[in-house]
Order: sequence, then C-alpha cells, then structure tokens
Amino acid sequence: MRTDDLVNALAADGARRSPPAWARVLPAIGATLVTVAAFAAWLNVRPDFAQALTTPRFLAKLGLLIALGVAALGAARLILRPASSAGPWGVALLAPPALLALCVIAELATTPTTGWARLAVGTNAMRCVTLIPFLSILPLAGILATLRSGATDHPIAAGALAGLLAAAIGGLLYGAMCTDDSPLFVALWYPLAIGIVGGAGAVLGRFTLRW
Amino acid sequence: MRLIDRETEWAMLMRAAREGDGEAYRRLLRSMVHPLRVLAARGLARAGLGQADIEDVVQETLLAIHLKRETWDSTRSIAPWVVAIARHKLVDIVRRRRGRIEISIDDLMDSLPDGFAESEATTHQISTLVNGLALRQRDVVRLVSVEGRSIAATAAHLRMSEGAVRIALHRGLRALAARVRRSDR
Repeated sequence: MRTDDLVNALAADGARRSPPAWARVLPAIGATLVTVAAFAAWLNVRPDFAQALTTPRFLAKLGLLIALGVAALGAARLILRPASSAGPWGVALLAPPALLALCVIAELATTPTTGWARLAVGTNAMRCVTLIPFLSILPLAGILATLRSGATDHPIAAGALAGLLAAAIGGLLYGAMCTDDSPLFVALWYPLAIGIVGGAGAVLGRFTLRW
Repeated sequence: MRLIDRETEWAMLMRAAREGDGEAYRRLLRSMVHPLRVLAARGLARAGLGQADIEDVVQETLLAIHLKRETWDSTRSIAPWVVAIARHKLVDIVRRRRGRIEISIDDLMDSLPDGFAESEATTHQISTLVNGLALRQRDVVRLVSVEGRSIAATAAHLRMSEGAVRIALHRGLRALAARVRRSDR
C-alpha cells in the first residue's frame, strides 16, 4: 500500500467532528458508579457514619485517600499525552504518605504504649486487605479503558497511577465501612492493599496501554 | 524549511479537522508525509539501520497520529506532539529490527533538508497486515485507500449502507494498529 493510499483511508475515517472530551472518561465514571451502587446495595457504610464524620481520625483517613486519588488523577491526565511526564503531580503523590506519617506520629504521641499493638492490628485487617482490592477491580478496569484512549510513553507508570486512583476509590468505600480508624492501622494495612492494586495496574498497563 | 515552520499551518488544519472539516484533515495528513519521511530517515540512520524501513515508519506514524489525534492539547504546540508520536513509532520499529536507538525529540526537530529522495517501495508492513483483516474491513479499507473511493461509492460497490462502511473503515484501521502492535513481540 502506498502512503498516499493510506492517507485516503485515514482522511475518510477522520472526516467528522471529534467526539467531546468527556466521552472518553465514561468508562471510568461508569465503572466507579456501578461499584458505588454495588457497595451501597451489599456492603454499606458503617452504622455510625454520621457520627464518625465528626471524629478527626475518620476524617483524616478519608482525607488521605482523597488526596491520593486527586494526585493520581492529576498525574495520570498529564502522562496521557505523548512525551509528557507527570510533572508536579508526581510530587503531589508524596503528600499522602508524608501526611500519614505525621498522623502516625501524632497517634503514637497521644495514645498509651500498651495500646499501640491493638490499634495497629485492628479488628479485621484481612478484610481490609482483601476488600479494598476487590472494590478497586471495576474502577481499575474502567480507568484503564479510559487511559487507552490516550497515548502515553510510560505505560507501566500510567497503569500504576490508574491502580492508585482505583485503590483510592476502593479505599474510600472500604474506609467508610470500616471502624478501624487509627492511623496505626491505616499505615500498616492500607498501603499493602493500595500497593496490590497499584502493582496490578502497572502490570496491566504494560500490556493494555501500548499503542 | 524547518519543522517548526509547519506549526501554524498544522495547528490551524487540525483545529479545522476537529470541527469536522474533512478536506482540512486530508491536507494536514498529506502535508505531514514529507517531514515524517525526513524524520524517519534521520532516526533510522541514527539507529544504524538502512533506509528500507522509512515508509513503514511513516505509515505507522500516520496511522498513530490519526488514531490518537485527540491527544493533542490544542493549547500547546502541535509540531512537538507529531514528533513525539513519530519517535514512539521509530523506537518500536527499531526494536522490531533488533536495533537500539537513543534519540530525543529535539534531535528529530532539527532543520529539514528540502531535497530528499523519496522511496517508492510499495510492499510494507501495513500492506501485509491489511491482507489479514476481517473480510469486510479489508475490502472497505482497500477500496477507500488504494482505489481512493469515497464512502458513498464504496457503499454502493459493496452494497452496504454508508454507516456500515464508516464503521468497517474505523474498525479496520484500529485492527490494523492492533496488528502492528502485535508484530512488535
């Protein structure tokens, strides 16, 4: 096929108005909404949710996950164009762990030593580590589907960012349901769950985000 | 003429194409062919490979530019975006030929020589891959590309609706890109 021939085909295929930008995020939004709906139907937030919202630990837990999600989202959007990197958003990803460390220090300083182990182990760590990834599955698939419409030079990093964003979503849902609010618990178990999802995203990104 | 001189023209044509101006899009693609050939030549030389793959690089780059045209941020320059895609495809092809290449976007964006002998080889990766497409997609892609027929004429010839032809064309091009990716194993 001569290059002029290929141009004929491309020109014929491209002779129409571009779809709006928001259409590309539909898979990610849709998958997240389905997950939230399923969560509301089968799991649901903790019974004392409204009251928990007035406690600093609970707010901090949710806030850290929101910060993680926002940073991952910002970085992912940038990395979607050819020859661009995550820029300042990459640095923003350091904020949640740093803030978590501060919360841990504050917790250690304000609780008796004898209680640390109990706070860290919590009531159901296994549920945390398994449910967060489980809740992140659909969001991850949707986010990767959205990222496929991009053209990244860093498919593994982009996949990892998708994983972090999906984990933030799954983590927020789980966090709303779970009564273990101590920063010691969060620091011990949430990164493990988030890491699993981030790693899965990186591996999937390597294969699905090529173009 | 340097690549950067194309900036205004390309940006204007791409914006028009986004609004649905098919003629502008065709002009844009055509005007990219020669610069892409020069980029490909420079890149392949840099990788120590022969010039036989120039047209493959050009065609795969054009296909990628087409399928990923929404990734151009219209608030930024278009020439670096085009070169970034060209470099991406260059690296893929060099890797496919078991070569290695270290080349930056700035390297590729240097001035273009005006006189450049263009290859007329006709059998390329994409030609071969088109043969492997699903029957309907293959027929549509061939009629629209090689025979240069319009969507309407192709629809009449194949006794399909225009909508079906458009879908088959779009899917055929995306399948082509997927096959190019698979050949990178």
